[in-house]
Amino acid sequence: MTKKITIEPVTRVEGHGKVTVHLDEKGNVTQSRLHIVEFRGFERFIQGRPFWEAPVLVQRLCGICPVSHHLAASKAMDAIVGVTPETISPTAEKMRRLMHYGQIFQSHALHFFHLASPDLLFGIDAEPARRNVIALAMENKELASQGILMRQFGQEVIEATAGKKIHGTGAIPGGINKALDPQDKDRFLNGADPLNAAKMVDWAEDALNFFLDYHKKNKEFIDNFAAFPSNHLSIVRKDGALDLYHGVLRAVDTAGNKILHDIDYNTYLDFIGEEVKSWSYMKFPFLKNKGKKEGWYRVGPLARLNTADFIPSPRAQKAFEAYKAYTNGKPNNMSMHMHWARLIETLHAAEMIETLLQDPEILEGELIREGKRQSEGIGLLEAPRGTLFHHYQVDDNDLISMANLIVSTTNNNEPMNQAVHLVAKEYLEGQKEITEAMLNAVEVAIRAYDPCLSCATHAMGKMPLKVTLLDASDKMLDEKLKN
Amino acid sequence: MNQIIKIEIDGQVCMGQKGQYLVDVARENGIYIPTLCNIIGMKPRGACRLCTVRVNGKLMTSCTTPISNGMQVETKSEELDNLRNGIIELMFAEGNHFCPACEKSGNCELQALAYRFRISVPRFPFQFPQRDIEAGHPLLIKDHNRCILCKRCIRAIKDESGKSIFAFTKRGPKVGISIDTTLSAKMDKTLAQKAVEICPVGAILPRAQAFRSPIGTRKYDKTPIGEEESSKKDPVAL
Ligand code: SF4
Repeated sequence: MTKKITIEPVTRVEGHGKVTVHLDEKGNVTQSRLHIVEFRGFERFIQGRPFWEAPVLVQRLCGICPVSHHLAASKAMDAIVGVTPETISPTAEKMRRLMHYGQIFQSHALHFFHLASPDLLFGIDAEPARRNVIALAMENKELASQGILMRQFGQEVIEATAGKKIHGTGAIPGGINKALDPQDKDRFLNGADPLNAAKMVDWAEDALNFFLDYHKKNKEFIDNFAAFPSNHLSIVRKDGALDLYHGVLRAVDTAGNKILHDIDYNTYLDFIGEEVKSWSYMKFPFLKNKGKKEGWYRVGPLARLNTADFIPSPRAQKAFEAYKAYTNGKPNNMSMHMHWARLIETLHAAEMIETLLQDPEILEGELIREGKRQSEGIGLLEAPRGTLFHHYQVDDNDLISMANLIVSTTNNNEPMNQAVHLVAKEYLEGQKEITEAMLNAVEVAIRAYDPCLSCATHAMGKMPLKVTLLDASDKMLDEKLKN
Repeated sequence: MNQIIKIEIDGQVCMGQKGQYLVDVARENGIYIPTLCNIIGMKPRGACRLCTVRVNGKLMTSCTTPISNGMQVETKSEELDNLRNGIIELMFAEGNHFCPACEKSGNCELQALAYRFRISVPRFPFQFPQRDIEAGHPLLIKDHNRCILCKRCIRAIKDESGKSIFAFTKRGPKVGISIDTTLSAKMDKTLAQKAVEICPVGAILPRAQAFRSPIGTRKYDKTPIGEEESSKKDPVAL
């Protein structure tokens, strides 16, 4: 008799998902799927609204990285008002970058300290009562409080640039609505310990070292857990540097060959397709030149450090060199190295914040520019979780007539399914009973991608996890619930 | 000669002049009565009913009630608060007021009133009406989703010959207020800006000017609506 195992919902990801694993008569895993059952319809309800509302409206997609949507939509709307990344005012671009790096910093810190570190510290077979951020705080007070303060710093940077910690209004079509207040600059640079940029750089490095130390002791797990070959895609700066705000689109295959050659992202439709599958609301993007089967790719920190040639900030570059050396300069395909890559980016974000704060142009200058009105705008950037695409068409009356969004988690749809399948094969094959460790392993594999499945922070390991065993005719054989 | 009239509002003796409306006398004496449809200096319409108070025991709209000697006025009570909140809640439930994406946020009187009276969720079910947006005018956009039919635009925005540029269209539940395309053809930027400002909500919008005021600098970011009136230290002396 075949069995279907359902793990629902997955905890400590943003939003919720459900996993089904199909077993055949012999207990072999025949198919595993991560179902995304959320449907939010933003692309539809932005239609008919004035285009300048988009940056403020679509950021409501998410409460964790709204800044990404705010900025990607603003970049697209820059194009509508005739402003390009080359012609935007320096003050506007720098303010937006500061906002963006503030967000990368806080979101990465949230992921590592609050969502991922319980997995690492307590192990995936630990009981759920221990595998959460509360237990982490009880047992590792310093680490937990550093995580909280790093997140706070990032959010304060966002507030100083966007007007609010969550869902601000700073970026507007063609620019920004304010320059940085000198008092904020001073506070971020010279503020009392620990809330200043220099300390954040140090702490980001400490977190990275914490991971490296952990890696040394747990090589087997970190290097092999849910590791699989794939293509990797991200934006890079024109000269190949890591750049999370703007650049050209590059993809490399598993061996490191370039398969998307630094294209202008305005032509993304020529290179990227989206496949629809009946069992998920989330589409499956792929590189057209590689086809649906071979063309799927990963995005996010792991992918970015595979596509970029270097990191334009000294301490992160040093860490990057060590990271690259580990795979002899070849692309890194180890899912759990996503954490390593994420922490290098956290360090880079802290360094970028420090540099931007010292730039005099961020304090004054032209805020908004205008050019020749266009009817189509495309804005891409690297959100914490990966490449984010915003694409709009606007009619002659300034109303949005078409919107297409490809969010980071959508880009990682197939990779997450691949990771789940690998883990299911390893942990569930030939098994009759679902143990806590197996469930956790599936979750950990998904969580490495830091998926953002909806708009709000759910759970701190507190969400109920429902496990259902079903036979071939979908009849329930068993059900387990953990709270 | 102006005739001085003495009334009592919430136990406070207030003075005004003959012919003045109650809402104006209250304001001049440092007492805030919430309004939405009222425009200072213009003939009142009593459209929104938000300024309802008890005058000598009877419910009256203070914007349309001229003062008279010895009037006893009550502006605050549980009953009045409940009535007032009900009106505000009705407006939220009846239209599509999505504050998070509205460019009037922070400058919107309806939103500011909801904050002032601590309204979080309307007691009435949201109607989610299907309404459109009129975007054909070169300077202005009229968003029917947010119009509260206060008629401020009809009364204040007129062409050179004194004709209203905004007018009612349709009737009953479908009633709306539209820009008269013929009359508004010659509308200049100053008048368009005045229309944007006269609208208490985000129903009349300028083109591509949204979100230019950073959060923290908008009208009601720091000072709640009505604060100016109620913080007046110097009521008219007896
Ligand atoms: S458009 Fe504005 S001013 Fe005119 S009636 Fe509607 S809410 Fe009142």
